[in-house]
Amino acid sequence: MSAARKQSADNSAKPTSTAGDWEMVVGLEVHVQLKTRTKAFCACSTNFGDAPNSNTCPVCLALPGALPVLNAHAVDLAARAALALGCTLHHRSVFARKNYFYPDLPKGYQISQADKPLATGGHVTLADGKVLGITRIHMEEDAGKSVHDRFAGLTAIDLNRSGVPLIEIVGEPEIRSAAEAGAYLKALREILVYCGVSDCSMEEGSLRVDANVSARPRGEAEFRPRTEIKNLNSFSNVERALELEFQRHVATYEAGGRIAQQTMLFDAVRQEVRAARSKEGSHDYRYFPEPDLPPLVLQTEWIEHQRGTIPELPAARRGRFVNALGVAAADAEVLTAERDVAEYFEAVAAASGDGKAAANWVMGEVLAALNERGGDIGAFPVEASRLAALIALVKAGTLSSTAAKTVFQVMLAEPGDPQAIAERDGLLQVGDDAALVAWIDEVWAEHPDEAARFVAGERKLQGVLVGFVMKKSKGRADPRKVNQLLAGRG
Amino acid sequence: MAVTPDDVRHVAQLARLEIPEAELAMYVDQLNGILAHMEELRAVGGAGAAAQAESTREGMRLRPDTVGAVPLAVPLESFAAAMRDGFFLVPRLATHEAGEES
Amino acid sequence: MSASLLDAGAAAIAAAVHADASVADQVVATALERVRSTHEGAQGLNAVLHRARAEALTGALPDGALRGVPVVVKDNIATLELPTSCGSRMLEGWVSPYEATVVRKLREAGAVVVGKTNMDEFAMGSSTENSAYGPTRNPVDRSRAPGGSSGGSAAAVAAAIAPIGLGSETGGSVRQPAAFCGVVGVKPTYGRVSRFGLVAFASSLDAVGVFGRTVDDAAIATETISGHDVHDATSSDRGVPTMRGAPGSLDGLVVGIPREYFPDSLHPDVRARCDRALDALRSLGAVVREVSLPHTALAIPVYYIIAPAEASANLARFDGVRYGLRAESDSLRGLYDGTRARGFGPEVTRRILLGTYVLSAGFYDAYYRKAQDVRALIARDFDAVFSSGVDVLFTPTTPTPAFALGAISDPYEMYLSDIFTVTANLAGIPAMSLPIGRVDGLPVGGQLLAGHFQEPQMFRVAYALEDALGAEAHR
Repeated sequence: MSAARKQSADNSAKPTSTAGDWEMVVGLEVHVQLKTRTKAFCACSTNFGDAPNSNTCPVCLALPGALPVLNAHAVDLAARAALALGCTLHHRSVFARKNYFYPDLPKGYQISQADKPLATGGHVTLADGKVLGITRIHMEEDAGKSVHDRFAGLTAIDLNRSGVPLIEIVGEPEIRSAAEAGAYLKALREILVYCGVSDCSMEEGSLRVDANVSARPRGEAEFRPRTEIKNLNSFSNVERALELEFQRHVATYEAGGRIAQQTMLFDAVRQEVRAARSKEGSHDYRYFPEPDLPPLVLQTEWIEHQRGTIPELPAARRGRFVNALGVAAADAEVLTAERDVAEYFEAVAAASGDGKAAANWVMGEVLAALNERGGDIGAFPVEASRLAALIALVKAGTLSSTAAKTVFQVMLAEPGDPQAIAERDGLLQVGDDAALVAWIDEVWAEHPDEAARFVAGERKLQGVLVGFVMKKSKGRADPRKVNQLLAGRG
Repeated sequence: MAVTPDDVRHVAQLARLEIPEAELAMYVDQLNGILAHMEELRAVGGAGAAAQAESTREGMRLRPDTVGAVPLAVPLESFAAAMRDGFFLVPRLATHEAGEES
Repeated sequence: MSASLLDAGAAAIAAAVHADASVADQVVATALERVRSTHEGAQGLNAVLHRARAEALTGALPDGALRGVPVVVKDNIATLELPTSCGSRMLEGWVSPYEATVVRKLREAGAVVVGKTNMDEFAMGSSTENSAYGPTRNPVDRSRAPGGSSGGSAAAVAAAIAPIGLGSETGGSVRQPAAFCGVVGVKPTYGRVSRFGLVAFASSLDAVGVFGRTVDDAAIATETISGHDVHDATSSDRGVPTMRGAPGSLDGLVVGIPREYFPDSLHPDVRARCDRALDALRSLGAVVREVSLPHTALAIPVYYIIAPAEASANLARFDGVRYGLRAESDSLRGLYDGTRARGFGPEVTRRILLGTYVLSAGFYDAYYRKAQDVRALIARDFDAVFSSGVDVLFTPTTPTPAFALGAISDPYEMYLSDIFTVTANLAGIPAMSLPIGRVDGLPVGGQLLAGHFQEPQMFRVAYALEDALGAEAHR
């Protein structure tokens, strides 16, 4: 590889994607693994991480005579993705063979879709309101895995992934900066995870990105030749690689050079983009309709049923949390990051009638406990209704917020109504003057110096003294009343 | 639209077939001979006939998403030419960085 | 006794085994002995490539329609016990780790697979001379080709090794050898029979077909292997009608004779045998009417674009990585090119090159797309005829009787021997060939074609014609 053909991180200039006289033009092709139990065309498990070649059968090994039969649930999920992304789902789509030789492609062709894809024309809306177009979504099968570093001089092939169902989401070349590419991917992932289409885990390879990038002078309407960057295994790598490749284009143009259409690879370790070794002009995929599969026909009623399974999407939900439930925008972001959490929050907010308090509880105690315990919120021991009851107790003044946290910890370990727990454990808030005065008197006796200075007019000590009273009462004292009583002594 | 020796070399490359130079001329002749008969199709109309037939074709039946693949009567090792630790083996790819489309 | 029982039809064998299970062993032993005896000598048939071991066949047989009936299976249909080499070096010694649906159905009906039969490599050919394991000889005249590509099964059934054989068709590979060997050959409607386990040549055309010594043998076998299969997305979920029947009147039945299948160049004796068969049909009460299928002449060009195109992809899996032949090399490219160069014979290589060419950038529209359009026109021709009141069509199966081994060296001339049979594959309709007489001692086949899924109609005519011709069918 010549130095001219690579752009390494060390000698790269500062990021200039949107600055300067050049504009970045990016279109992303995103491959997403559909969350099915079995492969696209055979009944092998899609389980990740099993022993090599253990999830294989005549079909995904491409044994002589084996035939593909499409997984109904893969169609469900692909359709759901298309509808959630605002695409037109076609009543008739056709599978095609994409022919090329590679040892992890057992049939010597990939079953994909070509000129009659599942869906066309959708979009993703970014947080800042910008709408980025989606050209098409088609279904296809994954290839196996080639492992190059396991045995000296050999490439090892694992076909467990061979035939796993994917959708490819082809974006319009409307992205104009690396950051925008990142935002697009984030929004896309959020929607797909939300709809249960995919785990979208880049680590496990269930979301993969190829980026087409070109540069052009600002104001120029025509697109210039693009290069395709493959091997992008994290969102930050996508952004980094786009920056590097964009700068290479700009530097090439500024030096009077030309950019040739070619495939580039991103090396995450070296943080560099370099040209893939050309493959002897073999990019003639000879697509033709897959004769083993009749057309995929989707009836209108079926499509409408699928549309009905799509949950409210995160962006819409965030807006509703802010506008209808009074949640701060940043908090809404956290609360909608996962669909199950958002649904839990909504249930708490609805039952307690207090969106803000529900948000504070969910983002604070609930997520902390969830983090600590692991697992998902569906199995969380404090059900939404019990948390709402707890919030109601605080609101009514029956429990102090400190005591409420103690009750919450108990609720994590045992079922039961929060009021009953608070009563049993003696955690109900104390608002009775006599009891409060007794605690204040004790504090006065134990901290004579602070008490004297407070009485002498040092008002800022009031908070300290309230704290002492709260501690003495084990959190049960009603802080509002304690404040009133202290003010009377000042 | 005569087939040239370069065409045959090109498609042989695409098809991963090693054609000895000595046999090239024979294949060029035979392909030209066969394709000459295909020329009579040119005179026929029918554009769009296949698309029309396809548009009324019955859709495919799908299978449920339940595990239960057709089992193999013998383990992979019993027929694979080269296997180690459960992996199929091929010579290390010179262009191994160049992972093709997935 | 069992030797003569083997010469009876499948139904008679099954009935005898049903009455006395021990008869099965004798029948199967005789079949295996005939495999051996017909194979011997310089003029051996070479019809059966892989012979079953007798001891593997004993045991309880399901009490079905084919209980104890020996069958032979073409070498491109996956069987668990015997190799499936597809007549190719590429799969020499390959034993499939799973079984074809059609073989399972035969076994479940009680049939016993006694051997895997020779064929043109990967079913590409019309003479069984393209086998990597040597040509099969025609049992009627051992200097002649049995036809192909299912020549081994045709020859085995003609030689009375088994009353029933499985073959496969892409352009006539059952009907043409059936005609050459003087037996019955059936290609069911596309989708009627599962292709799961049939090693693919051209997926949109491929069909498992059957050979029978009689129409009844063929009907029982076709009925047995028909039906929907969850492992084949192109298999139809229609119910399987009764195909077996008996000779009867054809009163009011309309038989079409497409003029394009009776060109002036047709061998006059072949035409004479057809005329005799048509007279027989008339005497059975059928109305014979001349019809036209105007796009017939284009069928061979269309076929030799579509079939190689699909084959070029279907045969890409033979790459030496997972199974089959592997030419070791220190580079992947060397492994691929070497494996495929050594594994494939010249006809397969030629068709892969042709298929790759017609799909490659710049040629797709001119060849592949054009061929698909004309294929649709050919299918429309049949639709028009069958919707005009014609029940079945009658034609010669081949333009000539069996040619001599080695007589045809030009590929395209060989392709023309499928000229009357490819149309049924392109249109997906059922078709069959049955013996209608001999010319110079060589069998001549008459072809019946029917509308989609109209096998019962086709067999009804076949039963009647076979009965009406009687011994004439083999004279």
